[in-house]
Amino acid sequence: MLKGMTRLFFRVHKLDPGRFLHIGTQVPQSLAAHLDNQVSIESLRPISRTSENDPAKHEEQHEGQHYNLPLQDMKTIFPHGLPPRFVMQVKTFNEACLMVRKPALELLHHLKSTNFAHPAVRYVLYGEKGTGKTLSLCHIIHFCAKQDWLILHIPDAHLWVKNCRDLLQSTYNKQRFDQPLEASFWLKNFKTANERFLSQIKTQEKYVWNKRESTEKGSPLGEIVEQGMTRVRNATDAVGIVLKELKKQSSLGIFHLLVAVDGVNALWGRTTLKREDKSPVAPEELALIYNLRKMVKNDWEGFDTLDPFIPILVSNYNPKEFESCMQYYLENNWLQHEKAHTEEGKKELLFLSNANPGQLERLCAYL
Amino acid sequence: MAVSCVSCGGVPSCRLFLGVRVSLAPRQALWKASTIELQTVSRCQILRLRHTTVVTTKKNVAALRRETYTVDFIKKQIEEFNIGKRHLANMMGEDPETLTQVDIDRAIAYLFPSGLFEKRARPIMKHPEQIFPKQKSIQWGEDGRPFHFLFYTGKQSYYSLMHDTYGKLLNVEKHKNQLQAKDLFSEKAKTKDLIGSRWLIKEELEEMLVEKLSDQDYTQFIQLLERLLAVPGGATGEEFVQRFRRSVTVQSNKQLIEPVQHDKQGRAFSTSHGKRKSAKAEAVVYECGSGGVQVNGMDYLLYFPVTQDREQLMFPFHFLDRLGKHDVTCTVSGGGRSAQAGAIRLAMARALCSFVTEEEVEWMRQAGLLTTDPRVRERKKPGQEGARRKFTWKKR
Repeated sequence: MLKGMTRLFFRVHKLDPGRFLHIGTQVPQSLAAHLDNQVSIESLRPISRTSENDPAKHEEQHEGQHYNLPLQDMKTIFPHGLPPRFVMQVKTFNEACLMVRKPALELLHHLKSTNFAHPAVRYVLYGEKGTGKTLSLCHIIHFCAKQDWLILHIPDAHLWVKNCRDLLQSTYNKQRFDQPLEASFWLKNFKTANERFLSQIKTQEKYVWNKRESTEKGSPLGEIVEQGMTRVRNATDAVGIVLKELKKQSSLGIFHLLVAVDGVNALWGRTTLKREDKSPVAPEELALIYNLRKMVKNDWEGFDTLDPFIPILVSNYNPKEFESCMQYYLENNWLQHEKAHTEEGKKELLFLSNANPGQLERLCAYL
Repeated sequence: MAVSCVSCGGVPSCRLFLGVRVSLAPRQALWKASTIELQTVSRCQILRLRHTTVVTTKKNVAALRRETYTVDFIKKQIEEFNIGKRHLANMMGEDPETLTQVDIDRAIAYLFPSGLFEKRARPIMKHPEQIFPKQKSIQWGEDGRPFHFLFYTGKQSYYSLMHDTYGKLLNVEKHKNQLQAKDLFSEKAKTKDLIGSRWLIKEELEEMLVEKLSDQDYTQFIQLLERLLAVPGGATGEEFVQRFRRSVTVQSNKQLIEPVQHDKQGRAFSTSHGKRKSAKAEAVVYECGSGGVQVNGMDYLLYFPVTQDREQLMFPFHFLDRLGKHDVTCTVSGGGRSAQAGAIRLAMARALCSFVTEEEVEWMRQAGLLTTDPRVRERKKPGQEGARRKFTWKKR
């Protein structure tokens, strides 16, 4: 690909030396236009990118290719959802590219063919460490955002279950504990992600916060969110209310709802949190977790007939995807080692990482 | 016969011999374990088979030297050794006529099993020539006049050897000149195989001459010998020179190659073991595969999360350029993470030998892939905190 780029450079230069100064900004667009020409000339080279940026149109032919996520979209859709290493990579490359992979495609296919009259289906993306579950989830979320769904995205349930600084006793229910920090943080991100829905959805009940404040029935959801953000003590309850409302209203058909939880194991595992008398806290006693569990449980209206969930395995890269990933890194000049271009270098990396995306990324970071 | 600790004159220095010799009394069939006794000798002892006479002088020159052995003493030792050999053969049920040193060693190891780590401390039975060190005899006669004409050089054997060698060189050159004069000289480059043999090292030459040499002396001698060899057509010279060459073993390590087996589906595979520190591994390498490795039933990426261990596993394949071609299944136990990785690496390299040419096996051996790492954990010693670390030293 690099050869092609330099050739193009010279061509542009020869054509119009007067516009030399503008070449920097012009080249990307002309690259995109000439990409197809290059492809036809060097059709043997594997392509790592695709120009198809809309997840709705991703098909099997795009498998293994990277598509570009506009940075603006990233800020609105994923205020908190991406894994930290990916965020670093985005910052370094100045662009966000996700690879289209089979598990994501499968899920997309299922989602496209969901019948909203039926009760909600649950999917579980599972797999070994570092195989790409979180990024596949982000792909799905991008698709849903483009389709104008309401996205309820909990970036990492593990964050709610460990290393929490302050645990308050819940005002609503004496046995449970509140986590004001995490809840307010999440509410903020939720607001950025789903701005337009907050004014549309109306509450169906009256909620009393304390002696002085209450929210009337029929007020927009945005108010609840604001309440939670300003009154940090009630943030957890605000979250609970949001979840409850959305669950109740999802079957009305005004909006499509996607609940995406990363790290679902945390909801049922152990917590590392302790009370003041050093006795451990069970997950049920955390209000956030309790509400989330209700959300994820299959007691939505009319759920008895459906399966518990549909599992989707996310595995390591297959050879084509591996090649594509290497191409992507090489294009971005990420691999500085001389041997990285060669076949032996690729074989070495393949063996060392065993085609695991996470491991490969860590290895390439050193090169 | 007991192991004797001989000391001369008034200096009762006793040296204990580590080589315990088995002796058998000819009358009885039993043997006794040897004892150590002290013997003081008043007279000077005479050693090698030289025409020396016993000199009774008050001043014992030999007293300043190490212990000396009489010729008779050595002769008696040799006789006893031979008799002992026959008795040993009788005991072991072998033929006394054809008993070699190897057989003797084996028999002694069988009869006197020893758990000592130092091989030189174990019981040995060897010819007295090898046990008692060669020593110089008295070099002058009754009148005080030395026997050898080069005595006053200080290193008489060395200089006499140099003299002889130079004489040989001159003879060979004279011979060559004569042949050339008669035009019978033929340029047969009859260079004998110098490959496979090496010159004597300085220590060996010193042992041969029973004299101390300096480095320059040694190099001079070797250069003279090479000059002798350089003269073409010197057959006699070569025989003389061969006395000063020792053979060198070419093949240092013949690698044991595992046989290739076939399993039920007809796939070719080969198994072998490896160990490192206290980890033991067994690897089964299949010939055709895609480069996946299974360790104890798990994927190697999950079993070895550290990149360093996976690099160790990669080493044999990467060295032979066969990265994606073999499938491996292995079991490993014991040791720590690094030791297990090393053990699997050794096992895989050994198993790969059966799929690979002889040359590549030699390369692997030279790369160190086929050698068991002998490093083991050193024991902690009493009085120290660890194997090497001492306790904090306090001045007071």
